[in-house]
Amino acid sequence: MKKLTLLLALIMVIGIVLPACGGSGSGGKVLTVQVGPDPETLDPALNSAVDGGNMLLHTFECLLTVDQNGAIAPGCAETWESSADGLTWTFHLRDGLKWSDGSAFKASDFVYSWQRVADPETAAPYADTVLWPVENFDAVFNGEADPSTLGVSAPDDKTFVVKLSAACPYFESLAAFATLSPVNPATVEANGDAWAVKPETYISNGPFMITEWVPGSHIVTKANPNYWNKKAIKLDAIKWLLIEDANASYSAFQTGEALFIKDVPTEEIPSLLNNSEFHIDPILGTYYLNLNCTKAPFDNANVRKALSLAIDRDYVANTIMQGTYIAAYNFMGPGWADPAGGDFYAKANGGQPYISSDYEANLAEAKSLMQAAGYSGSADKLDLKITYTTNDSGYHKVVAEYLQEAWKQIGIELKVEIVEWASFTPMRRAGDYMAARNGWVGDYSDPSNMIELLYSSNGNNDGKYNNSAFDAAIDLSRSTMDKNERSRALHQAEDILMDTAGCIPVAYYTDFYLQSAKITGMWHSAYGYWYFMYADIN
Amino acid sequence: MTKYIVKRLFMAVLTVFVVATLTFFLMNTVPGGPYEAEKSISPQAKAALEAKFGLDKPLFEQYLTYLKNILHGDFGPSLKQRGRNVIDIILTKFPVSAKVGLISVMVSLIVGVPVGCIAAMKRGKMSDSAIIVIATVGIAVPSFVVCSLSMYFFGVKLRWLPTVGLTTWKHYIMPVFSLSFYPTTYIVRLMRSSMLDVLGQDYMRTARAKGVSQVVSLFKHALRNAILPVVTYLGPMMAYTITGSFIVEKVFTIPGLGGEFVSSITNRDYMMIMGTTIFLATLMVVINVVVDIVYKFIDPRINLK
Repeated sequence: MKKLTLLLALIMVIGIVLPACGGSGSGGKVLTVQVGPDPETLDPALNSAVDGGNMLLHTFECLLTVDQNGAIAPGCAETWESSADGLTWTFHLRDGLKWSDGSAFKASDFVYSWQRVADPETAAPYADTVLWPVENFDAVFNGEADPSTLGVSAPDDKTFVVKLSAACPYFESLAAFATLSPVNPATVEANGDAWAVKPETYISNGPFMITEWVPGSHIVTKANPNYWNKKAIKLDAIKWLLIEDANASYSAFQTGEALFIKDVPTEEIPSLLNNSEFHIDPILGTYYLNLNCTKAPFDNANVRKALSLAIDRDYVANTIMQGTYIAAYNFMGPGWADPAGGDFYAKANGGQPYISSDYEANLAEAKSLMQAAGYSGSADKLDLKITYTTNDSGYHKVVAEYLQEAWKQIGIELKVEIVEWASFTPMRRAGDYMAARNGWVGDYSDPSNMIELLYSSNGNNDGKYNNSAFDAAIDLSRSTMDKNERSRALHQAEDILMDTAGCIPVAYYTDFYLQSAKITGMWHSAYGYWYFMYADIN
Repeated sequence: MTKYIVKRLFMAVLTVFVVATLTFFLMNTVPGGPYEAEKSISPQAKAALEAKFGLDKPLFEQYLTYLKNILHGDFGPSLKQRGRNVIDIILTKFPVSAKVGLISVMVSLIVGVPVGCIAAMKRGKMSDSAIIVIATVGIAVPSFVVCSLSMYFFGVKLRWLPTVGLTTWKHYIMPVFSLSFYPTTYIVRLMRSSMLDVLGQDYMRTARAKGVSQVVSLFKHALRNAILPVVTYLGPMMAYTITGSFIVEKVFTIPGLGGEFVSSITNRDYMMIMGTTIFLATLMVVINVVVDIVYKFIDPRINLK
């Protein structure tokens, strides 16, 4: 009995002492957030991940930036202009720009940085995505010419000039892309690739600078005292928790250890839907299915169309995916910028969705299309066997199970094959499948970034869709200088794509996250980034 | 003894070499590569990356180069964590795992050995049954359940303990508990059964008949013989515990080596796979040699040849 009393007393003491030692942060106003696990790299030229890109937005500033409304805004460049033919772009840098170590920032630093991205020695994964229109890029990237021959120059310390080999209607978006952030030549030359892994050598020019990085644990970025717009910054520091597990990040949010988390466990969503701190924001991207167009029966557009029509998208997005996705009746969702102005989505197909939301009517049409293709089109006789390949994460598996049921209605027996992630992508790329899950999130808001995925020679054309009329429309959109003509060509491409079911859009992506009501002044962009730099904590 | 150690060390080097060779060729037969992603990078960008890291060379040539480099202590750069070397990653992350792991091993021993002895001495009584039930639960319940439940109760509900990272001593409580739960209960069971064996031996009866007190007979005569199975188990258990648990590290966001093992494989970071595998293999082999030598001291009957 005595022992038991002692034990109880001990437990009580622990209970009283422990909460009292609750950790208070280091001095100043520190916002603790979670946007992903340890970033593979924070070198702007080498990064290809969304979470890395999100941190780079805070540590670096490009020539141009994207503002709260998604519009292009001045960054390091205060003003800029292009020549009449769109081939020469001149950027005028702000006065008094400095690096985070206090050294002077020159236009030639941009020259160095862009040449570094183009240099095959750097092996930048996004090099051709962002630099393809720049003069002499191909020769430099293929190792046939020296990086110094790239079409960029700095006539003086405050002027940066880019010469393009082809007009690029969305070049401003590229100039705001994190890959093209300026890097400090002195630190890169002195430390090589390792410059970006240690806070001491991580010299940057953005609103925040890295002061501590414990891989797998956290990164601390402090407000950069040398940033030109430092007056607008209210936080002293942002602490990025590098949490990998969604349940762990959710616990951190519940305990107040993090005020913002990107990774919310999907099983918690039903209980969070009425929580004002839970947000679901659309982003530029589509969850779609690929049918291998080189293999029968998917070389027949009617069969592809039937499979597309047999999906109840509203059910998939709102029930299976718990409302964390938006039903997709077009390939290009809301948010893409129409070259002629306005929203691309709103003008697609004369303002009407390509696929009707009337599921029953769609299903009836799907059945008759299957019959026209020589199949039973009925659940009573499953005379077409196909395999659907996906990796197992998020909703992929439950969507696959839904497809089994949905396609059974049109006489298809579906076998689901779950493949490990790292094997799945090369398998899909090689066309080694019948039907597979796919998805794309936009890098910038020009529609070409996504619709060109279906271009016959595109490296991401996993469905091996090959339609000469579609390719011709894309070719025209690339070559024309007329914005209206370009807009028409891109819409025509989507018309053809949807009419021939080149792929099957299912749902538009969103970001769902938990943000404490204490945070003000932050925003989320349609590219899947959060902007904390001007945030405040109440 | 010296001859034995030399022989064992030679075998150890051979073992590590075989493990390294098998791993190298097996990992390259698995589909995928370090630069595969949902958005494919262009063939030129991929070629540039592969050329930079020598992945464009024939496999056997890559293997020879790798062997040559590790003989010089060069484990190469990580293919995914650009700018970091494999050896630096291991040397930064291993101490973190080792610290949590060693504390867990100590806790397991300090709790497991006495509790196992008590259960054996109180055989058939209520306390024995209670210990057996808890020990069975400990062996049956996987570590992610222990992690999640302790996080939920002590972290989220009661708010007694922090859930993220390893900054203060309080951060260690839940990871150490989760990590030591299984080995503790395993040691309890091992200790109990071997102690029961020993207690039934003739020499124990003789000792008691001669009037040796229960405590002395237990700790001086019985424990030394009964602890051998625990020592055997300690070798592999220590190697696994100090190299970090993927689950415990993931749940509590601990920057240890356990997570690197698993993510290097899913990332197809070939250099990291090789580095961490060779490291773990070496550690396992060394710990096993040490355990065998420790045997000799605990039980002089054992002859090391």
